Amino acid sequence: MVALFPLKSVIIIIIIIMATVEDVLESVTQSQASKYKTIEVQKDIEPQLDLGNLLTVDQNPLDLKKLRGDKEAYLKSQARDNTQLLFNAIWKLPTERVEEAICVKLPETTTVLPREKPIPKAKLQTKWEQYALLKGIQKRKKGRMVWDEEAKDWRPRWGYKRANDETKDWVIEVPGNADPNEDQFEKRMKAKKERVAKNELQRLRNIARGTKSKVPGVGLTPTEKPSKEEVGLALHLAKKSTASLGKFTEKLPKEKEAKHVGKKRKFEPAIGDFKKEKEQQLNIINVMENKKPKMDITKAVNRVMTEVDQEASSDDRRKRAGKVKNRRGPPRKKGSGGFGKKGKAGKGKGAKGMGGKGKGMGGKGKGKGKGR
Amino acid sequence: MRPLTEDETRTFFEKLSKYIGENIRLLIDRPDGTYCFRLHKDRVYYVSEHIMKRAANVSRENLISMGTCFGKFTKTGKFRLHITALDFLAPYAKYKIWVKPGAEQTFLYGNHILKSGLGRITESTSQYQGVVVYSMSDIPLGFGVAAKSTQECRRTDPMSIVCFHQADIGEYIRAEDTLT
Repeated sequence: MVALFPLKSVIIIIIIIMATVEDVLESVTQSQASKYKTIEVQKDIEPQLDLGNLLTVDQNPLDLKKLRGDKEAYLKSQARDNTQLLFNAIWKLPTERVEEAICVKLPETTTVLPREKPIPKAKLQTKWEQYALLKGIQKRKKGRMVWDEEAKDWRPRWGYKRANDETKDWVIEVPGNADPNEDQFEKRMKAKKERVAKNELQRLRNIARGTKSKVPGVGLTPTEKPSKEEVGLALHLAKKSTASLGKFTEKLPKEKEAKHVGKKRKFEPAIGDFKKEKEQQLNIINVMENKKPKMDITKAVNRVMTEVDQEASSDDRRKRAGKVKNRRGPPRKKGSGGFGKKGKAGKGKGAKGMGGKGKGMGGKGKGKGKGR
Repeated sequence: MRPLTEDETRTFFEKLSKYIGENIRLLIDRPDGTYCFRLHKDRVYYVSEHIMKRAANVSRENLISMGTCFGKFTKTGKFRLHITALDFLAPYAKYKIWVKPGAEQTFLYGNHILKSGLGRITESTSQYQGVVVYSMSDIPLGFGVAAKSTQECRRTDPMSIVCFHQADIGEYIRAEDTLT
């Protein structure tokens, strides 16, 4: 019953259908477009991008109205916009294909992240390291292999099958000055043990210095040849190291009591016995007085000089006075005059000795007088 | 605050005896009360006993001074007399120098005494003897060290130094902040 429709109407129908198809397509693209928003984002302040960390920092102020209105939707739209910008930047980077996937190499990060753990403390320098720094001594790297003369081969410097291994010696020469009954092998082993112990002590001491715990004084550690002070210190400590801190240890017959041993100085109390203090001070003054010579030589010399001057001036006066008259009288001996006077003055300390000096000084005085 | 140790007392007395000789006894043994020397922050103070007992209650950082400061010990252990000791040195001084009125001013400014400024000097002053300097009106001005003995003083030319300046009362103004 298919009637032949008029061709016009068929064409019209087709046209209408095509038109509707176009409409449909348009509407589809439109809906698609509305589903995917544009890749262009408009922002007032450019957000900072850190592509290394995939970070976008958006500093645009938020729209308060929209925020109060529909918070979630607004924030979501903001987030979406920022992510879009990030991806725009990522797509701008050079891409490469790795196993059917498009990859992009992210650049270095620009944000500085804070440390996870605290900054490590500087290691404390050992005693040797401090000294080496002070003197400017550089470390010299030693090689592992050393030429062994006996084996005529390269052997390790230390460890298994080392060169010059002392423990492998099956004969040791006894040195000329050593006791013939001494066991040289035993001696070697003991020396080695002592070296190891010394090294261990020094290592522990370095650590103790680092952790600020008490370091035993050097005087206490055993040394080959202790000096006088070290022996004294060791003796003092040995005396004190009893249960009652040395109160009842007896003194050796000729032992002098050590005055000032130990780090802390001890002073008298500020408000002590005043009488005792006075006595001590007066004693000190007495000792000082005794040490000073009773007759001061320079003073005696000066006295002689003044007398010589006085006599010389009185001579001048007499000469001027007795110009007309002839001066009579025994020639005066200046030296003897001085000597006589000095004899009286120097009753304590050997007049003869002073006299001798006085004569000499008198001569000097004479010379000075003449020179003047 | 602590009393002086033996070595410190010895150094201190040696310095004092240069100026007052054996009259130090009169400082130690006084009829009108017990006085003692105490060391506080390297300075030696001459203080009466009951003031010292009260000063002992003040803590070390807060105590500035007590009694009279005689001087201080330097870092190398030498003793240096300050002008504040003049009140105690002047009455007991053995050797004195009197200075002419014209030369007073220059001495009070810290200069040495020249022969031209020398008024009087005690007889038999030896060289490098500690002396107390007076004005012509017998006011103690300070102390010093005789650069020449009395004898030599008489003979030298007027421009030579006869007394080295050690301390003068002008220091109360010049060095106000260092005196305690």
